[in-house]
Formats: sequence, structure tokens, C-alpha cells
Amino acid sequence: MAVVKELHINGSRRVVNADAERSLLSVLRDDLDLTGSKYGCGEGRCGACTVLLDGRAVRSCSTPVSTAADTEIVTIEGLAKGDKLHPLQEAFLKHDALQCGYCTCGMIMSAVALLSRDPDPNREDILRGMNGNICRCGAYPRIVAAIQEAAQMMKGGRK
Amino acid sequence: MSEKIFDDLRLEPERYELLEDAFCSAELDRRTFFRVVGGGLIVACVLGEAFAQQPGRGRRGGFGAAGPKELGAWLHIGEDSAVTVYTGKVEIGQNIRTSLTQVVAEELHLPLERIRLVMADTQMVPFDFGTAGSSSTPRMAPQLRRAAAFARELLLDFAAEQGKVKRETLSIQDGKVVAADGKTSFSFGQLTHGKKLMKVIDDKVLTTPAEKWTRAGTSTPKVDGQDFVTGTHRFASDVKRPGMVFGKVLRPPSFKAELLKVQTDEAEKRPGVTVVRDGPFVGVTAATEQEAANALAALHAEWKTIPQPSSEELFEYLKKHPAQGSGGFGGRAARDSRGFIADGLKAADRQLQATYTIAYIAHAPMEPRAAVAEWEGGKLTVWTGTQMPFRVRSELARAFAIPEERVRVIVPDMGSGYGGKHSGEAAVEAARLAKATGKPVKLVWTRQEEFTWAYFRPAGVIEVTAGATKDGILTAWECHNYNSGSSALRTPYESAHVHTVFHPTDSPLRQGSYRALAATANTFAREVHMDDLAHALGLDPLAFRLKNLKDERLRAVLEAAADRFGWGKNKPADHHGFGIACGTEKGSYIATCAEVSIERGGRVKVLRVTTAFECGAIVNPNHLKNQVEGAAVMALGGALFEAIRFANGKILNARFSDYRVPRFTDVPLFDTVLLDRKDLPSAGAGETPLIALAPAVGNAIFQATGVRLRSLPMAPRGVKAS
Repeated sequence: MAVVKELHINGSRRVVNADAERSLLSVLRDDLDLTGSKYGCGEGRCGACTVLLDGRAVRSCSTPVSTAADTEIVTIEGLAKGDKLHPLQEAFLKHDALQCGYCTCGMIMSAVALLSRDPDPNREDILRGMNGNICRCGAYPRIVAAIQEAAQMMKGGRK
Repeated sequence: MSEKIFDDLRLEPERYELLEDAFCSAELDRRTFFRVVGGGLIVACVLGEAFAQQPGRGRRGGFGAAGPKELGAWLHIGEDSAVTVYTGKVEIGQNIRTSLTQVVAEELHLPLERIRLVMADTQMVPFDFGTAGSSSTPRMAPQLRRAAAFARELLLDFAAEQGKVKRETLSIQDGKVVAADGKTSFSFGQLTHGKKLMKVIDDKVLTTPAEKWTRAGTSTPKVDGQDFVTGTHRFASDVKRPGMVFGKVLRPPSFKAELLKVQTDEAEKRPGVTVVRDGPFVGVTAATEQEAANALAALHAEWKTIPQPSSEELFEYLKKHPAQGSGGFGGRAARDSRGFIADGLKAADRQLQATYTIAYIAHAPMEPRAAVAEWEGGKLTVWTGTQMPFRVRSELARAFAIPEERVRVIVPDMGSGYGGKHSGEAAVEAARLAKATGKPVKLVWTRQEEFTWAYFRPAGVIEVTAGATKDGILTAWECHNYNSGSSALRTPYESAHVHTVFHPTDSPLRQGSYRALAATANTFAREVHMDDLAHALGLDPLAFRLKNLKDERLRAVLEAAADRFGWGKNKPADHHGFGIACGTEKGSYIATCAEVSIERGGRVKVLRVTTAFECGAIVNPNHLKNQVEGAAVMALGGALFEAIRFANGKILNARFSDYRVPRFTDVPLFDTVLLDRKDLPSAGAGETPLIALAPAVGNAIFQATGVRLRSLPMAPRGVKAS
């Protein structure tokens, strides 16, 4: 069986030894102990496992690890720069945009991809863009507010 | 084991809220406790007689035979000034870790960062029946508040003695005891240094009234929020142990199926795979989850299945299958009878009779059931997500015939529960696999397993007969609830002739508690029926309600919501409708106004939801708002489209692609009014905010379309105007 030997994650090269059929999610969580990405459904319908491959949001639960072999993977653990949180992380904290927090990392990663596609989304854009992520606690209004605020912060940062 | 849990659930008072006996004994005597936490001061809360003697509360232990018997929580102030609170409550996303920290900070005049809560670790905390019934705020918070206030007074005593200063001149400011001269000050650690003092709080301790709160009552952010946004928080499903392997359990193809035989050789030949067989239990372990799944797929089992009812015939089934026996606690508690319904109906100008139905729905917590189990020297440790750590400890002790002292259940702050994680299935399964393989085992239920083998919110049939005079006096109210439950079955409206009864029935599916229990179903039936009566009488639905309502707290939220929404001031646009509803449960009060629009194809869009909520003195306004609005989002699913479909013992929509839950595009604009009653004790607020949404939306749909919807969910495939 084909084996994946190496992954590029959060700016570093990580040695693995994973059967190619395994999900990227299980390799991240179980082999590399990057447990911020969560299992929620196993069919790419809840977004709890969202990571970036070459800047694009993918559902790592339904992505074979082989697909990720030659890409730059970013997980929630790679988002902050040292002690400096990503603007989305800051905005989620500011708006208390979570309750149990299980969906939070996936939400933030989906929002990172959304804002890189569309740095200035309106409410409708955010609702549509985030619709693949489930927050069963229903913190959606706060998540929308956090994404709006982060978009403003990031625009400010670029000026 | 699962059958046993099922039996337990069926016996729950209010039927579906677990308050059962759980055997427990002291984990730590005084000496052990100080060995674990170091020296200093321990303040222990002893539960009041009234609370301790409630039926079905279980025995509490603590500090061995010589110590107090009914411990609720304890607080430790270390020689390093660290303040640590030990409580059996579980953080499920309701932000109780934050609000309990706030009340302790309030009484100890401490910054929140100085306080750490050890929660839901059965080896470290006193017995607790579980995190359910919106009980943490009304019952646990006052205990911790009193413990902290008592500790505060002791620290002042110590300081007066140590510093030889008058006690009246001392106060606590920012975590230090300071004298009026401003020169003398003592850290908590200085005051507890060299002590090994355990004090039980007395009844005289005075706590700070809500009007004077400075730390409680404020919108403090989630205390450990950063761990969640960075992914560093470890949920039970994130726990990793040395040498750990992954487990999977063989599931029957349908409920109640019997295992006839299973061929395991093919699975056993796979490298690193262990097959565990223990009676009807069959499971596998392997080095990775994928290998465990592959091994599971390589098991060849034969089953004997039995025919079972389907969701198509559900409501007929419930009416035809009354439960055997008395129906238990919930049946009696819900019965409310006065006057004679026949007389009340005779006095009415309009009578209205209707039947409401309630589907089974799934909790679908984002973190499915998960456990990591580890045996060491005959002792079992399990990390798992459950709202009932001590109950799970009992289940584990029973399953393996070991004393509870040899079982430790640790519940890391968990990926929600909504009443759906009162049981310990995954814990028992993981422990069984770990015992057989001699290695720590992680078992995470798949989403399909969670949708199938957990338990559901009870389905139900509710029949209402009511009458009112033409000027809007409610003369008769008769309500029969079949199976769904008794919470909020009593009507808050005044009427001379009332008869409400809960009828337990057999349930085709395994059922149990669900956030707000049957209050959602009963409030739906009542508030839709009241709306219908108002329309039949040509009265304004708000005015009709107020006319029959004496409860001042319920009137207050109803008026506040109506006022904020602008009820009666505007007419809805074409294909739009306004609806109103209210209710009370577990000591808190809610009223909701909703505006809906009917889109092309009959899709119902909830545009805005205005809610007024009151739960006594508010501990954290921002987190309360989060609960109120989050609960409304959750309620939207059960109101409009969530329903479990099943046939012949199989769940037909056991995945998120088949079972629709509320998503971003379903979310309305919220306007939430929080009424802060600082003169009243704080009630729990995690459940009641669910109950008024469905009827408000249903009543709005009626105004928009003329169609009266009486089934939850109301519009899984949209609605057609009549």
C-alpha cells in the first residue's frame, strides 16, 4: 500500500508514515497530535475538520492524506504568529463567538479561507460562505459579527 | 449495558430528566486531600437539609466517615495564594466555568485569573448528580458563593490575628488582605501558610447582594476562551495516552437485533488488530482508527432481526401503547386538575379541540460520544464527555464488578451535550476494549453511531381541548400529553376548569432527556392553541394572553418582547407574518415575537426574533444573551425541519447530509431583551430559551398563510398558503 512519508504543515516539514488511504484528519490528530481540527461527521458536512491546503479550505475528514502530500497545509495550530493571535482568533474571543468551542477551530479556518477569497464580505456573503460549518450551540450571529470585525481589522492591517 | 441504561432512562423523574440514585463514597479523606493539594485552607460546603433530602439525589461523600456527609463542593486556598474550587459540574458550553469563577471572585474580591476550577473529575471533586436541569446556577453557584464568602471572613480573622490589628480595619482588595493604614497587607498564601485547616461553612455567612456585585453580574469573557480559538483545549476525544490504540464496536444492523454468530478470523489476521468478544459485545482495536475501521469491516456477523414500528405510524403507535405500570414520577407531577372541564366548556362561547404531534429529534452534539480508557493495576481511568461523571463511574464499576473507588472518570470541558450525554456508553465500551487488550483505548463514535445509538428527544402526541368566552376569558383547559413528557405541561394561564395529564407510553426508539425536555413540546401546543383561540374569538393574541395571565414575571417578559418588537403597531408585508408566544420553566421566563416570510416554493424564512428573557439576577449578561440566542437557533431546527426518520429498527437519516440542522443561512436577526431582576435569585438559563421559538414561528406562519401547523417539525418541506 502506498505510504505518505512527509507533510508540509504550518511552515515546517513533518515526517510521517501514513497509509495513503487514511484521512488527513486522522494523520493530523493521531500521528502529529494536532488536535485542533475535529471529527464531526466524516462526510465533509459540518466543517469541524477544516484546514487549508495551499490556502484553500478543505474538509480534512474526507481528504485522503495522499491528496495533501505536496501541498502547504495550515491548521489552527499554525494560525497565530508566536503569541500574536490571528485577527479572526482575536475577533472570536472579543465576540465570545463560541459556546462549547468544538466547532470553533473549523469555523476560524473556514473564515480564513473566506476572507482570503473575499476580504470585504457583507452579511449575506458570510452566511453563504460559512454555510458548510455547523455550530450546534447556535453561536452563528456572533461568528458572523466576529468575521465582520476581523475583516475590518485585516483591511486596516494592510493599509 | 445499553439495555440497563435504557431502563434507567425510562425511570427518570419528569421521566426524561435524570436525577437517579448513584452510589458513591468518599474518594479523599482529609489527610489525603491535603497530601494532594498541599497545605492551606479548605472550605467545604455542606448541603442544606432540604436539598440533601430530596428523593433520588444519591448519597454524597467526602472526607471519609469522620467528615461531613453531604458535601456539595470545596474551595482550597493554598500556601502559594492559589484559589482552587472543586465542583462536580461539567462545562458543556453553557459557560458555567466562567460564571462559577465569577461568583467566587465576587465574594473573595479576587481577579478571575487567580481562580482555578477543577471540574468533573470524580477523584478530585465531591459527588454531584450531574449537570442537568438548569441546576448549576441556582444550586452550585450559591454554594460556591457561600464557600468563598466564608473563606473571605476566615482570611480576615487570620490577618487580624497574624497582624495583631483590629479586624474591622481590614478588607480584601485585589486578592490581598489590607489594613486601613494602607501599609499592612497580607497575601492569601501568607495567611494560609503552615495551616492544614478544614472548615465547614456555617449558615451565618453573608454573601454579597446582586445590587452590589462588581465581578459577578458583568460580561466577563469565557475564562479559557483562548484555548478554544487556538485549538489547544483538549476535549475527551483529543486525549492521547502512551501506547494507546483505537477501538471500534460492532453494531447490530437494527435495534434489538440479536447476534447469532460472528466470524472474526479475517479481522484477526490483520496486523496489529485485536478482536474482543464478550457475550454480545464484539469490538476491535488497532494502531490507527482506519485500521480499526478496516478490521471492523472484516468481521462477518449474522443477526436475527425483529420487525419494529416506523416513523410513519409513530403517533398512532404512541396512542395505542400506554406504558405498563403507574407511569412513574413524571405522570403524577404533571397532573393538574381543578373544576370540571365539561362545566368550563359549557360556559365557553368558543371551543377548540386539536391534536399536536412531536417528532423524535437528535441532540447531535458536535463532539460525538468519545472515551479514552486506561487500566493500571486494577484501577480504571476514563476520560469521556458526559454530563453525569458520577453516574458513568457507577456504570463502569458495575460493568467490571469493581468498587467505585477504583474508577476515575475525568470530563474535560466537552463538545456540548444538550441533555444527550447523560449516559456512558462509549466509556464502558472503551474500558472493555482496554481491559481485553491491556492497552489504553480511544473510542470515538462516528456521526452515524451518535445519530443511531445515542438516545432521542421523546416523540409525543398532545391533545388540547379549550374554551373561552367571547370577551376572552379562558373557561376550560384540558391537555393530554402522550409520551413527550411533563415539563411545562401545567398551563400558566388562569382558568377555573383545568385538567392536564401526562400519559407515559412505550417508545419505539430509545429516548431520554433533551435540553428543555418536554417544555418545548408542551409550550408549542399550548401557545399555538391559545393563538388559535384568540383568532377564533377575533381577539389580539397578546391581549388574549394578558387577559388570562396573572404571573407577573411572565407578563413582564411578554410585555417587554411585544414592546420591543412593536407588536400591534405594524402590519406584516405580503407573505410575511408576525407571531407571539411565551412560557416559563425551571424558574425562568421567556416571551418571543417572530417575523417570518414565505419564500417561493413555500420555504419558511424566519426573519427576526425578538425575545425577552428573565432568570432572576443575571450573572453574566453577554453569556446569557449567547445562551438565549443560541437556544433559539437550536430550537429553529426542531420547529421547522428536524425529525428522525426510522423504520424497522433502523435510523434512515443518520448523517448530517440527511438530517438537517440549523445553519448560517437559517439564522434570523435577533433582538434580545434581558430583564435583570437583582432582587431575585439567579435561575438556570441554558434550557428555557428554547421553548417559545416554535410557537412564535408557527403563529407567524399562520398569519402569513392562514395555515395552522400543529406538528413539530412544522415545515420540513415548506408550507403552502391555504
